[in-house]
Amino acid sequence: MEFSGRFSSEFRQRASVAALFVVLAMVGLTLRFAQLQVWQHEDHAARADENRMALLPIQAPRGQILDRYGTVLARNDAGFSLEIEPFQVTNLNATIEHISGTIGLRPSEINRFRRASAEARRFESIPLKTRLTDEEVARLVTRVADLPGVNIQQRSIRSYPFEASSSHLLGHIGRVSRFDRERLEEAGISNDYLGVTHIGKLGIEKSYEPVLKGQPGFQKIEVTASGRLVRELGLKAPEPGKNLLLAIDFGLQTRIEEAYKGRRGALVAMVPQTGEILAFVSQPNFDPNAFVDGVDPELWSELNNSPDVPLLNRALRGIYPPGSTYKPFMAIAALTSGARKPGDTIQDPGYFMLGNHRFRDSRPEGHGRVDLKKSIVVSSDTYYYKLAIDMGVDNIFRHIAPFGFGRTTGIDMEGETAGILPSSDWKMKRFGKEWLTGETPSIGIGQGYNAFTILQLARATAALANGGKLVKPRLVKAIEDPRSGNVIEMPPEIEADLNIPEDWLSLVRDAMVEVNLSGTGARVMAGTPYKVAGKTGTSQIFSIKQNETYVASRVAERLRDHSLYVAFAPADNPKVALAVIVENGGFGAAAAAPIARQVMDFLLVERTKEGRALP
Amino acid sequence: MNDRRAHVGWRAVGLWARQRFMALDQPLFFIFCGLMGLSLLAVYSASHHDPERFFSHARNLALAGLIMFVIAQVPANWLQKTAIPLYATGLLLLLAVEFFGQTSKGATRWLDLGITRIQPSELMKIAMPLMLAWLVHQRDGLKTVRDWVVIVLLLLLPVALILRQPDLGTAILVAASGIFVIYLAGLSWRLIGIVAGGALLLILLLIAFGDQVCAPGVDWPGLREYQRQRVCTLLDPTRDPLGKGFHIIQSMIAVGSGGIWGKGWLKGTQAQLDFIPERETDFIFSGFAEEFGFLGALLLTALYIGLVLRSLWVSLGAPTIFGRLLAASLALTAFTYAFVNLAMVTGLLPVVGVPLPFVSYGGTALVTLGVGIGLIMSVARDRSRVTQGFSLQG
Repeated sequence: MEFSGRFSSEFRQRASVAALFVVLAMVGLTLRFAQLQVWQHEDHAARADENRMALLPIQAPRGQILDRYGTVLARNDAGFSLEIEPFQVTNLNATIEHISGTIGLRPSEINRFRRASAEARRFESIPLKTRLTDEEVARLVTRVADLPGVNIQQRSIRSYPFEASSSHLLGHIGRVSRFDRERLEEAGISNDYLGVTHIGKLGIEKSYEPVLKGQPGFQKIEVTASGRLVRELGLKAPEPGKNLLLAIDFGLQTRIEEAYKGRRGALVAMVPQTGEILAFVSQPNFDPNAFVDGVDPELWSELNNSPDVPLLNRALRGIYPPGSTYKPFMAIAALTSGARKPGDTIQDPGYFMLGNHRFRDSRPEGHGRVDLKKSIVVSSDTYYYKLAIDMGVDNIFRHIAPFGFGRTTGIDMEGETAGILPSSDWKMKRFGKEWLTGETPSIGIGQGYNAFTILQLARATAALANGGKLVKPRLVKAIEDPRSGNVIEMPPEIEADLNIPEDWLSLVRDAMVEVNLSGTGARVMAGTPYKVAGKTGTSQIFSIKQNETYVASRVAERLRDHSLYVAFAPADNPKVALAVIVENGGFGAAAAAPIARQVMDFLLVERTKEGRALP
Repeated sequence: MNDRRAHVGWRAVGLWARQRFMALDQPLFFIFCGLMGLSLLAVYSASHHDPERFFSHARNLALAGLIMFVIAQVPANWLQKTAIPLYATGLLLLLAVEFFGQTSKGATRWLDLGITRIQPSELMKIAMPLMLAWLVHQRDGLKTVRDWVVIVLLLLLPVALILRQPDLGTAILVAASGIFVIYLAGLSWRLIGIVAGGALLLILLLIAFGDQVCAPGVDWPGLREYQRQRVCTLLDPTRDPLGKGFHIIQSMIAVGSGGIWGKGWLKGTQAQLDFIPERETDFIFSGFAEEFGFLGALLLTALYIGLVLRSLWVSLGAPTIFGRLLAASLALTAFTYAFVNLAMVTGLLPVVGVPLPFVSYGGTALVTLGVGIGLIMSVARDRSRVTQGFSLQG
């Protein structure tokens, strides 16, 4: 029972060593606690907060787009969409197959989804089908629970109720692409797009993106490790985007689109004094709704390869020689440069000789003795061939550039094309060659290198109508805050006063009125209850564009001249100025002028009867 | 008369209970109560969404206390008689597990007895020190080579069986309880030095070449793949922050975010929002330290130090070799138990599945711990009877 003293003291020694070891180890642990809880506390506390707090972005409702009378052209529909988070799905094909078996998917929808998910960022939820019907929702609800990564989401979906009308005006929104993200990051505003899935891609939607978008809000929430919401910690309400009230008269817009009867072309009509654009038409259109959640590849290639180029915004980006619609502006340039006085006359034998080259007039027998006014009324080419030679290309450039030809108008829409107002400098820069005198006569009749947008032509016409002021065209008339209802009117902007003497303006105006009484526009404008100042134009097509596919049945039509018309009315108190082109429409009076007549009748007669007269 | 007798009877029971209670080692008893209190707080916080768990834990605590109380009344010399039967039973049951055991989560640890499932390795935590202490006592120290061979075999056999289950955590504790007996019985210092030096060298090598040996596809002789991964995760938890490293990282965030004062009871976000795995059992300290802060952790550490030092003190005064070795090795095992868990949840040791003694939820471990404290108290009772005049001079 008893043990030896040796063992006892040995045991005491060993127990003491053990006790010392225990104390040291525990002190070591305590130091570890202190390291974590005292020295690194802030770091860990921050990480714990990061763990538990999540910011849920709340999308700001995008502003609506309305026309000048309140017709809603772009709005947000609430709807359900079926979305997939591809990173959570192991077998995407099987999942899509399964869903297709439940609600039936068109191949184009599946292709659209694949294209959208290829362009998406990681962790993004991609819609497979939007605007689900109640029946589809009912069918899917029971099934999505078994399909990880597949959700039914309530989304606000941008909708353009008039579908393929005014698509070039409105443009569309689309999913924020990787490219968009990079652009936003460069601009330093990527934070404004946290949780924002769509962005303006084209037209008004793109140009007014910052106004329409609003500011997303955030819900700060506490979540569990598995992401379940525990409670709300804070809320920053979203700031809804502002509504745009366009200057556009949408009734007029659709009327014009119908008047085109499937032909291609563009029309811009504006209030000459303010630059408010009443109609902004480019034909043909496309349905912007198809682009909101990514266009399906089939439709995309169809639109892209169509010989009608429906994706081209012709009013903003199409450039055309103005043909004879250029003559009123050439007349003013002749007067301001001093090359002609109103009473100067020339003899028009039906051609103009430069050296031994003969420039033909459109009327082979000629117009006899022609003064400035008559040159416009009868559209004498000979008069302007000679005028151009007398002025020289650079003098023409100097005196006609103030009308805004060959440069962007500053319209409130992105992507405007400048066009070409030729000069010897321009030719040297563009082709590295000297200007040839033989190229000058065509410039005088609005052919040759001249290439302008219909928007430029409309604005220059407005300058003739409003006493010589170059306005800045604008599509948006006012911006409305949807919460307060406050409306901020956009003030008209005058870019320049051209300082054209009133008697020269009235001379040209009288000539343009005469055009529609006895000249080229007389038949189309017969019987208008208002006086129209206008000018027809025909711009020649010399060859098929190189990159255009050769379609036999189309060639004949495609070789026809473009039909143009510029006008303002009523001539003595202009309320509207416009420019219109019908591609391959032939002679100016044949295709373009009747459309212009409809515009003026609608605005000056029909709308007035409805009590919606222009101011 | 009857009333009076009854009164006397109840008084007698009261007196007896009081005597039995006073026979408990008072410091150990209060430390035990302190740990129970912290445990109730911690488990309630970890499981208050499921009150059933808390009540079952409270029952387990009461059971452990009762067992401790009963065993504390047994004279230490009687305990010697249980050494062989307990050890033999434990070994047989371990063998039974080897052949008929139940598998769950990839480990075969349980035996189904029809009424209940038992984990024989748990029994070994007690049987091992009892057996080895008894052996050393019988042989009056380890004097012959034969003694050494026998004792090493007695140590290795059950440890090997437990390792095979596999259950690294329990194997470490069972091995530790045996090794402590051998150490206290006179293991050569030189051997200790060699082993400790080797271990230190291994750890340094691991830290230095962690990247190479943790590269995928490298095999570590003698260790399973999941064990290798745990060590690798420890070396650098960020190697796989969402996978194996997640638990350690989240646990360290919880502990660290508690700060000095803690976030307050039931207010630990890491624990309450499920960021801590196994937060009622192995990782209970993470939530506790988050809610009670550095001060709470200090209190808990102090209780463990108190428990171990008091038990060692008890062992010094024990009248027999058996009593000394038993109490001291149990004390050191309790220390190992706590240390491994605390080091594990603060990212100092690999995750080996050792609960926090007296605090973690789990009935079996609590019963074992109650038995352990009861044994130490029994030794303490012996000491107070036999060596009334115990002095440091021995």
